[in-house]
Amino acid sequence: MNWLIAILQTLLFVALAPLLAGWIKCCKCRLQNRKAPSLFQPYRDLIKLTHKQPVVSEQASWLFIKAPYIIFSATVLAATVVPLIAVDLPTSASADVIVMVGFFAFARFFLALAGLDVGTAFGGMGSSREMTISSLAEPAMLMAIFTLTMTASTTNLSFAISHVLNEGLVLRPSFVFALAALTLVAIAETGRIPVDNPSTHLELTMIHEAMILEYSGRHLALIEWASQLKLMLYGVLIANIFFPWGIAETFDVQALGYGLLAIMGKLAVLAIFLAVAETLFAKMRLFRVQEYLSFAYLLGLLGLLSHIILEASR
Amino acid sequence: MSSSNWTADFLSRLSTDITVTQIDISSVTLWQIESHAWQQFAELAVQQNLRWAAGWAEHIEHRFFINTCFEKQGEYLLLRTIIDASNPELPSQATVYPAANRSERHTQDMFGIKFVGHPDDRRWTRHQAWIEKNYPLRKDFPVQGTPVGITPPDMHYPFIKSHGAGTYEIPVGPVHAGIIEPGHFRFQAVGELILNLEERLGYVHKGIEKIAEGREPESLARLAGRVSGDTTVGHCWAACMAMEQAAGVIIPPRAALIRGILAERERVANHMGDIGAICNDVAFVFAQMQFSRLRELWQRTNATVFGHRLLMDKIIPGGVVCDLSDESCALIKKEITELRKELTEVILALDLNSSLEDRLYTAGFLSEEIAAAFGTVGYVGRASGQDKDVRRDAPYAPYDQVTVKVTLETQGDIASRLWVRYKEIRTALRLIENFIDRLVAGELRAEWQTPVAGSEGLGIVEGWRGEIISYIRFDADNNIARFYPRDPSQLNWPALEKLVLNNIVPDFPVCNKSLNGSYSGNDL
Repeated sequence: MNWLIAILQTLLFVALAPLLAGWIKCCKCRLQNRKAPSLFQPYRDLIKLTHKQPVVSEQASWLFIKAPYIIFSATVLAATVVPLIAVDLPTSASADVIVMVGFFAFARFFLALAGLDVGTAFGGMGSSREMTISSLAEPAMLMAIFTLTMTASTTNLSFAISHVLNEGLVLRPSFVFALAALTLVAIAETGRIPVDNPSTHLELTMIHEAMILEYSGRHLALIEWASQLKLMLYGVLIANIFFPWGIAETFDVQALGYGLLAIMGKLAVLAIFLAVAETLFAKMRLFRVQEYLSFAYLLGLLGLLSHIILEASR
Repeated sequence: MSSSNWTADFLSRLSTDITVTQIDISSVTLWQIESHAWQQFAELAVQQNLRWAAGWAEHIEHRFFINTCFEKQGEYLLLRTIIDASNPELPSQATVYPAANRSERHTQDMFGIKFVGHPDDRRWTRHQAWIEKNYPLRKDFPVQGTPVGITPPDMHYPFIKSHGAGTYEIPVGPVHAGIIEPGHFRFQAVGELILNLEERLGYVHKGIEKIAEGREPESLARLAGRVSGDTTVGHCWAACMAMEQAAGVIIPPRAALIRGILAERERVANHMGDIGAICNDVAFVFAQMQFSRLRELWQRTNATVFGHRLLMDKIIPGGVVCDLSDESCALIKKEITELRKELTEVILALDLNSSLEDRLYTAGFLSEEIAAAFGTVGYVGRASGQDKDVRRDAPYAPYDQVTVKVTLETQGDIASRLWVRYKEIRTALRLIENFIDRLVAGELRAEWQTPVAGSEGLGIVEGWRGEIISYIRFDADNNIARFYPRDPSQLNWPALEKLVLNNIVPDFPVCNKSLNGSYSGNDL
């Protein structure tokens, strides 16, 4: 039964990711004073792409064709680790947050290789930029997560969320820092403004898009879907760690239903914040990203320190 | 300041071995010199701070006429030499004037004239669409061209190379991810820093100069309106002005005022589009959406009042084909009042945004020296301290009735180019109101007089990108013998190669957009 719910939760993750992307698009359009496409447009786009014949360069190796499947699978596996509507599921008990970061790194490794594989200048440029950013983002992310795990004395997300739930509403300075750090990292890792612009057509400014410029058809669909999933993962991570209330602790239908509604509500609100931020800010210069991520790292570090100084003695 | 002073002064400075024959054509001074003194003259001209403005050639009965247009203090000087077609060689002026570089290469590709001592004699306009040693603008070349079937790939153009650890090459275009005109950019970079940029244009060569030959004036005006779609009013006006000069036609005052209104409306529309596009290139989409909306409303008024969103084919030789009723005037004035209010609001959102400021200030810096050396015109020049505007310096009807305030900035960065555009919108709005107030009842079109064979004219107007120079020579029977339009982009494109240096690769698109050269106008 538990395993069934775990699988169901992962499927839900995969199924809802395009909806979140559609919602963000919708919010952004409204903020820019224009009509938004349907909420379900990302689904239509994915379906359209699967119907198209993929065009693969003659120079591409097997890696280029396999990479979308590897990236998508690794991202789905990362999703199994994160509690979406319920805690204490067997999948999240068997792997912790370090594994999740590992899955992300694994997916990124293949994405960067695929970008290099066809030998175009843009792919290589995108891969190089992506690796630069991720090498700075990952320590910052781990720092934010360590703050959390020190409070809960576990690296397991499920247990950590339970711990926060049991403690009730306590204002922890360390969590404020960790939340800020994780938000900054999430924006960088998912390629949103001001770090990267997911909707640009300017090859030379691209990071994520530059790596996947050569992809088409179902390959592109899988990669797009994986990035939507990644965006949702970060959203769920922020929503459920820092505001876990509403998540199902038992496995009856009512609790699960509430859990689903709660996370959808939380994500909808987070998406509005993201859309507002993306409307307010221009993209920063590429070389500013390191300052931005150093700041995220510093926030994570401050979170850790404030935990040790202010909270650990209790 | 009497502008005619410098020509007399210049004449006195010429060494005795340069023989100048002064010929009168309409409003421009034309000097004819011996071909051997071609470069020597340029050396003197650069000492006297003459700006190189345009260069073109013409094939007339076994001889090539080669022309260069200089400008100083709003006075234009046309320099001409005639060489024999059997041995077409001429000393290069590009050694002295970097602005002449691509123009001479264009002439070399189109006429087979060799410019001796040219610092870079690689082909420019010729890709692979016509056979080597075939020269399209010679009279014996057929108008339909010599098609070679499928144009073979242009694989062997010798780009400038860089060597050393960590340097690499980024080829961009001619086909881009966005829907823009085609052009190839070759970057040499180390890390993200741009070491060198080389432009390779010519992908939208349409043979404008060749297909202009033999046209009637009205047909040529239509063609000129298609040199660059976004400057249809500017090019059409310049071509018509040149033809009117050649034919000795003076347009009625009402037609001149309406031409002015059309040109300023084109300026406003394009500047608004550009400001939005610059912001979009740094992912500040809000501004783009707002400016797109304003531009769209503006163009819809164009459609209601003048019958065309982009104002195409409204200017004809001898006048205009559209009139302004009193209701239309009221509508335009009301629209301007509303636009001013909206602009004030939107521009504030841009001005107060520090993340936008961070991207636009100091990026894409073009120094005053380089801007002057390349003779950059329009907003690109005016953002780098080049105080030039044909509307003020060499006023033509209807600008001779008004005072045109020229916006000048000296920082030379992307932000300067954006602010020059914004202030020019405000100036243009005032000008439109002014012209409407001055509208007098009268004819819209002067009667056309067939010009005598061989008569020439030079139309110089300030298009929205800057100074446009259009040269026309008539043949017998009202037919065009030669049409050469010099789009402002021709002078501004080389400046892009300079202003991106010391910037990083991902900042190139916004640098390029801040300059926004026309590919079509450059490639002809």
